[in-house]
Amino acid sequence: MGYFLGLIVVLVALWTGLSGEYTLTKPLIATLGAISILLSGLLAYRFDILDREGSPYARLPQFLAYWAWLVVEIFKANWVVIKACLRSTLDINPALVKVKTGCESDLARTVFANSITLTPGTVSVEVEGNKILVHALYEDSAGPGAFDDMDRRSREACDGKAKS
Amino acid sequence: MTAILDLWAAFRPALGSALLLVGAVLAVIGTVGVLRFPDFYSRLHAASITDTAAATLALVGMALLAPSFAVVFKLAVVWLFLFLTGPTSSHALANAAHTAGLQPLIGRVGSENGGEG
Amino acid sequence: MIGAAAIALVVAIALMLIRALSGPTLYDRVLAVNSIGTKIILLLGVIGFLTGRPDFLDISILYALINFVATIAILKFFRYRSFQVSLTRRGKGGTK
Repeated sequence: MGYFLGLIVVLVALWTGLSGEYTLTKPLIATLGAISILLSGLLAYRFDILDREGSPYARLPQFLAYWAWLVVEIFKANWVVIKACLRSTLDINPALVKVKTGCESDLARTVFANSITLTPGTVSVEVEGNKILVHALYEDSAGPGAFDDMDRRSREACDGKAKS
Repeated sequence: MTAILDLWAAFRPALGSALLLVGAVLAVIGTVGVLRFPDFYSRLHAASITDTAAATLALVGMALLAPSFAVVFKLAVVWLFLFLTGPTSSHALANAAHTAGLQPLIGRVGSENGGEG
Repeated sequence: MIGAAAIALVVAIALMLIRALSGPTLYDRVLAVNSIGTKIILLLGVIGFLTGRPDFLDISILYALINFVATIAILKFFRYRSFQVSLTRRGKGGTK
């Protein structure tokens, strides 16, 4: 039920923001919005995706903190790839690395693998169990321990600091 | 206090345009990388510049130029959506290529074929 | 300056078309098309600001949605040669 309420609140916020109708002075548009929101909620219920992956809003503060940290990391990693693109003689050192993750839930693993892909210079190619196959533009940027910090932060953002 | 606000109002469009221009130039740089890099997997890295840094800077620049809050909200939705779907597309591409048996180039790529590729 | 940004984005799209047309493998082409889509999303926003009509941002949101679905659909088609394969979720017991 909490997941359903979270989904409805987010949908209402999205609809009001996109339509620009804050005052509800136009009954027709408000009615259409209510119908579409209820329909989306009903479809989500029928598709059976109302779980902590489909509606992960309970941990929003932790996700926002993780997101802010991730954006900084992305900009740091971008600089390396931009330099690699603009160097007059091509000088890259690609490698395939297997990274072991300590994330246990599917949500944490998804967030971790997506963070690896989102950072330029590293792409997660395949996820098998708790091992992620990573292709990196520079071998030393994916050396042992390079992803430990990201792994720990994504686990804490998704599952809390229960065990470390 | 009002002086700071006035300065901000005068400075905001210039800053927004500059950030937008930097984002667009980053998109060109990412494209140059895609054209230069030797194999598919390394091109994926160059393309992710466009998905992350270029998109972020251009959308922040547009948000600074925006006339109303509704526009900023829409830009935020576009940004959120790009950040949620970009890695999924990249991972799907890499995974499909890997499953199909495309072998990545491993090891240092020297300067003998730099320039074209 | 906004016009310069629009021109730069058009140049980037034109350059990326070279990769889309010449890419040696299928995946290079899909990557190029996906990247062109991202640039078009940005270009639509810039056009909206150039013409003073931010309504273009709605089109840009729609384009972002379609771009993602198209990429996944193309990859799925070339992997299974069909759109009718269901991509089931793992670990749900397969009750569908």
